[in-house]
Amino acid sequence: MKFVDEFREPELITQTAAEIRRLADPKRHYRLMEVCGGHTHAIYRFGLKDLLPENLELVHGPGCPVCVLPMGRIDDGLAIAQDPNVIFAAFGDMMRVPGANGSPLQHKARGVDIRIVYSPSDALKLAELNPSRHVMFFAIGFETTAPSTALTLMRARARGIRNLSIFSNHVTIIPAMRAILDSPDMRIDGFIGPGHVSTVIGCRPYEWIAANEHKPVVVAGFEPLDILQSIVMILRQLNKGCAQVENQYRRVVPWEGNRAALKAINEVFKLRAYFEWRGMGFISQSALAVRESYAEWDAEQLFATPGLRVTDPKAAQCGEVLKGVLKPAQCKLFGNECTPEMPVGALMVSSEGACAACYSYERRKHELVAVGA
Amino acid sequence: MCLAIPGKIVELVPGPESWAIVDVVGLRRTVDISLVADDGAGPGDWVLIHVGFAMSKISEEAAVEQMQMLQLLGETASALEEVSGYGAGHPPDIWPGAPPGS
Amino acid sequence: MSAGSTNSSLSALDKIRASMDPAAKIRFRDPQIEMAHGAGGTASRRLIDQLFAPLLLGDGSEPLPDAATLEWGSGSVAFTADSFVVKPLRFPGGSIGELAVNGTVNDLAVSGARAEALVVTYILEAGLRGEILEQEVRAMGRAAQAAGVAIVGGDTKVVENGKADGMYITTAGIGRPMAGLSCSPRSVRPGDKILLSGHIGDHGVTILLARGELDLEAEVCSDTRSVLPLVEAMARTAAPGVRWMRDPTRGGVASSLNELARDCRLGVHLQERQIPVRDVVRAACELLGLDPLHIANEGQFLAVVAPEYADAALEALRAAPGGAAACIIGEIREQPAGTVISATAYGGTRVVDMLVGDPLPRIC
Repeated sequence: MKFVDEFREPELITQTAAEIRRLADPKRHYRLMEVCGGHTHAIYRFGLKDLLPENLELVHGPGCPVCVLPMGRIDDGLAIAQDPNVIFAAFGDMMRVPGANGSPLQHKARGVDIRIVYSPSDALKLAELNPSRHVMFFAIGFETTAPSTALTLMRARARGIRNLSIFSNHVTIIPAMRAILDSPDMRIDGFIGPGHVSTVIGCRPYEWIAANEHKPVVVAGFEPLDILQSIVMILRQLNKGCAQVENQYRRVVPWEGNRAALKAINEVFKLRAYFEWRGMGFISQSALAVRESYAEWDAEQLFATPGLRVTDPKAAQCGEVLKGVLKPAQCKLFGNECTPEMPVGALMVSSEGACAACYSYERRKHELVAVGA
Repeated sequence: MCLAIPGKIVELVPGPESWAIVDVVGLRRTVDISLVADDGAGPGDWVLIHVGFAMSKISEEAAVEQMQMLQLLGETASALEEVSGYGAGHPPDIWPGAPPGS
Repeated sequence: MSAGSTNSSLSALDKIRASMDPAAKIRFRDPQIEMAHGAGGTASRRLIDQLFAPLLLGDGSEPLPDAATLEWGSGSVAFTADSFVVKPLRFPGGSIGELAVNGTVNDLAVSGARAEALVVTYILEAGLRGEILEQEVRAMGRAAQAAGVAIVGGDTKVVENGKADGMYITTAGIGRPMAGLSCSPRSVRPGDKILLSGHIGDHGVTILLARGELDLEAEVCSDTRSVLPLVEAMARTAAPGVRWMRDPTRGGVASSLNELARDCRLGVHLQERQIPVRDVVRAACELLGLDPLHIANEGQFLAVVAPEYADAALEALRAAPGGAAACIIGEIREQPAGTVISATAYGGTRVVDMLVGDPLPRIC
């Protein structure tokens, strides 16, 4: 596969890893955060941690839109889905996220009309194919995905389709990164910056991190060589004592971002004053709601929802894991009450959640487990 | 948020909306190319696809450059290993991706 | 799935009595049945281990093979059951009728037996078009002939419209154990090699695309076929070294190997680059965020073979029709026990977990 296989070339990976080991000053302990859940997943899937030196620690960040979604929002979406006239459409990622009365898939097993879509335009198509029903698209994602949702609503308006709405849970990445840096128990030396969000917002939005917080940010791609090369770039900056924003993912990320995408977001969405992030509390100006001009396609305006806040059990330490304060295995519920099959927190449900990734890909590697029944 | 895959535009779909048929080693899907229309994306171009939308045109030139840098790193690394006994320094600092004008 | 050999000292009747003991521990606590219970992953495992096995299958101390081997008169017979609920009924490369025959033959083949006879039950949905049924019956007949197995009886029921996705098929198959083959996870040893008969992921991806919900088109078709000729070819040169076989259907290679790791209490180590996946299947998996190791196959099998026989087994597979893509994908090691690990070409490793739920396309 072009633009994929080249960046998985084993010899180059080995050489780049060797460079990382050479650059890592044995007298220092480096803590680098990969913000984006996709990077977390890639690191585990490709076994990249095995290639890094002992004094280089990767800390998982909050860039997982499923993980940060409060349970109350899923319950609201599922409440709307109970209406037999409604078709609840969402990405596969959402299907096993537990709500108070079960996950979307569990609701589906009880007869609620829940459909998996790969694209918001598939939800639009569902609306066209089912004119007597209402399709509600449960939208999630950071700035990477918001333009697609926005374009879909613009298209719905242009085609005169009125039996489609979206329940927007789109969130923005910069406030989350600000929350990480503001957190008192945080010590991050540098950031492996979000790759695909940056195709939309560009690299400028990270400049304050370098300028004010003096931490390097390297916008990184998702193949093994991308991630390793980004680590090389961060280490070079750290060793020189400088802090800059760099773009490792140049083949895809434009420095200025994608104007058409930003325009689409702006046309359809406005910033909410504040939004609750699971495990991180309320963050101001961190989420997108549908504008008045698109009210006809806004599920939050069309439907009444319970709007209840659901707090996580006290023992669940999702927030600390999300901010990188704790490693997944350090949460008391990890692997016992909370597993991918019976998740307590969303970090265990989403395949890019730090806990799920750790549980699935790493947990048993170094254990000598006596296999019983 | 993150799963995106490179694909090649094989055909534009005629009509008022911006759709194209994109191919990934034999897998095909109709993809919305509104977001790359400004870059003049057309048949033969490679784009990054996320949830059925093309997010960005892929720069082959930048990809080649990146591979060259990585290869250079590898060669320099082996050369370094050879001369490490003579106190040589690290490979030169010429990574692509620094902000324009820096 | 079926009870193990009846060579133990308890008679069948004693076993049934013991399993009817109300004190028998039932640990199945799932409040409702979900699709995940049929997906071949952890939930399916729970259903079998915690409900069916303790209540129906005797003492449950033996790992459950795909087919049961029973003493019969002066010899033994292999006996299996299977069910088919695929949607759509027809798809590139095959249909439910062929799946039914090949699936049953394969269950017997990987239990070391040559299928001789099948009985078939059709559960038909009222409203199913006659010509569709005829198509499937013909497909089933052709598949049976190709596989060299006789269909000797069956049953039909009709259920109301909306209750059977067109049709469901269940089968029971009976076969003769092949001489020289004796497979059990307990015979697996560190150093044994893991063989795979060919490309993985074709069937599952074909079905996913054939449902039409994802708007993806590709030149991919189901790999449904009888693997008996390949098993026989392997047995001819390597029978004494074959320790264990399985056909990785729902849940994929990952789930089958996790069961092996659990049952033999050893470590299963895979070399990722050795595992054959067609480009288009790989692309579909990358696009949808699926792992090919979790995708269903209907024409492949895994075998664990002693190292001194592994090369001969591989050669025999490759020389047989349809076996050209066979390969050695890994080996058994002592540690970590009960775990499946995959290594990349550059030394990175990851645990390959059992499938949780159905493989769902994702965007993150």
